[in-house]
Amino acid sequence: MSTPGIEPCLTLVRRIKAPPQTVFAAFVEPAHILKWWGPDAGPTLLAETDVRVGGRFRVVFETLDGERHENGGEYLEIDPPARLVMAWWWASTPERRSRVTVSIRPISSGSELTIRHEMFFDEAARDSHLWGWNCTLDKLERLVAGRNAIQPRPTT
Amino acid sequence: MYARQAPRGGSITKFNLPAVACNARSAAVDMGAEWGILHHMAKYQARLSRTFGALADPTRRAILARLRQEPGASVTQLARDLPVKLPGVMKHLDVLAAAGLIERVKAGRVVAVHLAPGPLREAISWLQHYERFWSGSLDKLTRYLEEDV
Repeated sequence: MSTPGIEPCLTLVRRIKAPPQTVFAAFVEPAHILKWWGPDAGPTLLAETDVRVGGRFRVVFETLDGERHENGGEYLEIDPPARLVMAWWWASTPERRSRVTVSIRPISSGSELTIRHEMFFDEAARDSHLWGWNCTLDKLERLVAGRNAIQPRPTT
Repeated sequence: MYARQAPRGGSITKFNLPAVACNARSAAVDMGAEWGILHHMAKYQARLSRTFGALADPTRRAILARLRQEPGASVTQLARDLPVKLPGVMKHLDVLAAAGLIERVKAGRVVAVHLAPGPLREAISWLQHYERFWSGSLDKLTRYLEEDV
């Protein structure tokens, strides 16, 4: 049984009109990565991948504000075209690793893509995954939303 | 197995924060020297670790949930509804306070406990910057694959 936990974890699901093989390739082939990686219309400048377990990738992109960003990672699981698990870090803070799981399943219109991005902030966090914690962003958000209910504290 | 490199490389000389970090942090980058940012990030990281360490326990989460309902509840009131004895509650409160998740205010003989949601907001901002990164990237990915395939 899973313990209801709270951990920083993000899940996004997209349906894409393309077969799983194509979607999978988009995550590991540099020529594809250059076409889409990065949050806005800024250019993706460089993509390198070494697609084997333990192999690394590196992507450099710019955002429209002119900032240049470099992120790197390591492939932890490769099961084309269904699943790809990567350790993830920013070049500026390589010790801060998170984990990205890409799951792709065929649907009638093409593929359903699920991205799960989890934080690894220390060993304890890594262990917590073994205990089957849930992704409970909503709980976190409810807790934060609760700040509205906080009354002014009496001054001492 | 196979290593590939795409052209259009550029040298990376600039210090980068996580992409699309929240505005406050981007502003800090403009002003700060690298060591300052590193120090800032290390502290940020340590705070996040404490936050989620503190949240790992169901009793502590129950305390936070209770405080959300009832800001300023006293330690005695909190202990009454929990399957933990008072000294145990005190220990949990110490952990929550160390993580900055609560504040205790002593008024006479009564200690009132309040939620302090700052650390949680920080965790949310971690999530938000990745949310922006992925939703923007996946929009582009979808357009790219659906137009070109």
